[in-house]
Amino acid sequence: MFGFETVELSRALTAMTLLFHAIFATLGVGIPVLISVAEFIGIKKKDPHYTLLARRWTRGYTITVAVGVVTGTAIGLQLSLIWPSFMQLAGNVIALPLFMETFAFFFEAIFLGIYLYTWDRFKKPVYHWLLSIPVVIGGTLSAFFITTVNSFMNTPQGFEMKDGRFTAVDPLAAMFNPATPTKVFHVISSSYLTAAAILAGIAAFMILIKKGSLYHKKALKLTVTMTFIFAILTAVAGDLSAKFLAENQPEKLAAGEWHFETEEGADLVVFGKLNENNEVENAIRIPNALSFLAHGDFNAEVEGLNETPEEEQPPLWIHYMFDLMVSIGIYTLGLSLLFLLFAKVKKWNEHHPLLLWGIVLGGPLTMLAIEFGWIYAEVGRQPWILRGFMTVAEGATTSPYVFWMFVLFAAVYLVLAIGCLLALRKIFKGKPAEVELEHRYSPTTAAEKEGDV
Amino acid sequence: MSYELVGITVLWIFLYGYLIIASIDFGAGFFAYYARLTKKDHLMNQLISRYLSPVWEVTNVFFVFFFVGLVGFFPDMAYYFGQSLLIPGSIAIVLLAIRGSFYAFENYGSKDNHLYMFLYGATGLLIPASLSTALTISEGGYIKETAGGVQLLYGELFTSPYSWSVVFLAIVSVLYISAMFLTYYAHRAGDQPALELLRKYALFWSSPTIIASLTTFIALSQQNMDHFQRAMDLWWVFGISVGFFMVAVFLVYQGKHYGWAFMAVMVQFFVAFFGYGASHLPYLLHPYVTITSGVTNESMAIALIVAFIAGLLLLIPSLLLLMRLFLFDADYVKGKK
Repeated sequence: MFGFETVELSRALTAMTLLFHAIFATLGVGIPVLISVAEFIGIKKKDPHYTLLARRWTRGYTITVAVGVVTGTAIGLQLSLIWPSFMQLAGNVIALPLFMETFAFFFEAIFLGIYLYTWDRFKKPVYHWLLSIPVVIGGTLSAFFITTVNSFMNTPQGFEMKDGRFTAVDPLAAMFNPATPTKVFHVISSSYLTAAAILAGIAAFMILIKKGSLYHKKALKLTVTMTFIFAILTAVAGDLSAKFLAENQPEKLAAGEWHFETEEGADLVVFGKLNENNEVENAIRIPNALSFLAHGDFNAEVEGLNETPEEEQPPLWIHYMFDLMVSIGIYTLGLSLLFLLFAKVKKWNEHHPLLLWGIVLGGPLTMLAIEFGWIYAEVGRQPWILRGFMTVAEGATTSPYVFWMFVLFAAVYLVLAIGCLLALRKIFKGKPAEVELEHRYSPTTAAEKEGDV
Repeated sequence: MSYELVGITVLWIFLYGYLIIASIDFGAGFFAYYARLTKKDHLMNQLISRYLSPVWEVTNVFFVFFFVGLVGFFPDMAYYFGQSLLIPGSIAIVLLAIRGSFYAFENYGSKDNHLYMFLYGATGLLIPASLSTALTISEGGYIKETAGGVQLLYGELFTSPYSWSVVFLAIVSVLYISAMFLTYYAHRAGDQPALELLRKYALFWSSPTIIASLTTFIALSQQNMDHFQRAMDLWWVFGISVGFFMVAVFLVYQGKHYGWAFMAVMVQFFVAFFGYGASHLPYLLHPYVTITSGVTNESMAIALIVAFIAGLLLLIPSLLLLMRLFLFDADYVKGKK
């Protein structure tokens, strides 16, 4: 087939766009929550530290949002440009959530614009805070709607297949397919978690490098607390996702876990390596844990990969993606718990450099976990683009120019990444929070403000 | 009204919305760069940035809305446009990406970078040119379907008078719409020097706009006779458009009622745009997709229309709030907030 040569390139181009977009999309969903919380605390406690925190986060957030918006536009168009046959078929069923996603995006864009330019425009600061609510709702709803589309590709339903076309379409059934609840829960909680962990990492870094002030210590306490809460939620979501996979996409869980034979009381294989005969070597085996992960019962039967026809099996290297994602999740949860414990006990120093460096590392690690998780989820449903209905090879474009587009977009993303970092540097370099605090909320005006409210 | 007609009308309204607000943005980039070259940037850059900063993201959404809606209502368009537009579509994405993100980088990061101003100005003209390709090929004659898939005939596209006249029309209209709006905005801001400058730009770009409209019409008769005939049947619609054009230019020339002048520009393009759209039907993509053959199934179309109405109930008040705060708030426009 003519189209076949370009399939691998089409996959690579889509993967590159999505992995790049995921960084900014995750921050786009998560950071508004933290901004809103910080501003709210600032108003409640009448503490300008928190208000300034919200302000400075917002400033950085605008830069990441810009990249999120343009890469999101790219992926929206690329869906049709690179996967025209897929969109022609599936467009009949997934148009509704795609359409509603743009509504949510619209809503967020409008209020973000207003939020940014009305900091000092209202007499009562709480009016300004109220504007952050639609931004949070819009961002989270976007994530919700777009995740239902991805869920649909994993567990398609809500239509009948007749002569290669979908008929008797039920848009709501397609949106609320079996994968939707766990996927949405996992995506949203992990986005909140990642945003919190990254902002915590920045606060910890400032304390380490610049001997940070009270401002940074408050920032750290707030962000680590949020990290802890969201890490628990993410862990619950992850557990539910595994149970969902065991029920609905056993081949994905089996490939991720190198679980070949269907058996009761299955072991959980952690890391390790496969030899030529597909036997697991050097792995840590946790007895019966996979059964528990999959069904909540240590002796339950777990379906093995051998039940899936060979040409429909996902690649086995996704095992590492699964393990890395879970390990980072546990690391983040443990470390934030440790910090909170240290902060609770008077005699212990929660600003010990080792602990702080651990938190610094946690930021980029959780972002990596997002990427690993998406790779696991997406490669884990290979060879399908629409599980059970259309393979990736059938959905791709036949255009011979995909390679050049890959090169073009690689260059663009590189430029965007560099531009984003430079812009962030320019915003914050040489403008420490303490100076801005003095300048904006000098002791007298701060006192006046407290008198007002 | 059948649901496919509702669908295409909704999409057309959004494309029209994009045409207006994106033109303001794209043209502003060009004028900002041109003003810098002629050392007049101090006159208007503040003004432009005060308008654009809160709305640039919203501009982008109008566009996303259009193409997501198009694919949603007419999935067959995803196939034909997707197969044939990989290169022009990707180039448009790249230009939009560079433009959108660098606007934010510069505006919130640092200001006054010459290279950035150039990129911002240049992309403002290249984006309308690359986007108009999609409208051009919808007339037919530029793509062919074979067993191996759908291909865009680049030779046909680059040698056709029609495709070039569309590109030319897109660029000059962008500059005309933008200058007309900024003239009005400068007037609101009470910014006399900027007003004088922008008024000159607006009057200057009005004649190429009307000339390009006519030449595009003539070129259309060579490219797609049927469409031209249907457009001729709607001659009075285009007549109304020309009438509003004259009103707008007259008011700006007189130097008063700038608000009404811009309203006239909006009506001018609204009428012409809907006249073009109506005469394009029943074909969405000549001759492969018609409005009835390409439409999605009924239940999805109804769901989309319901979602659209619910979405509008949310969006319209929000947009009004945005406009009240930044467009019609005299103190903000004058830079006092």
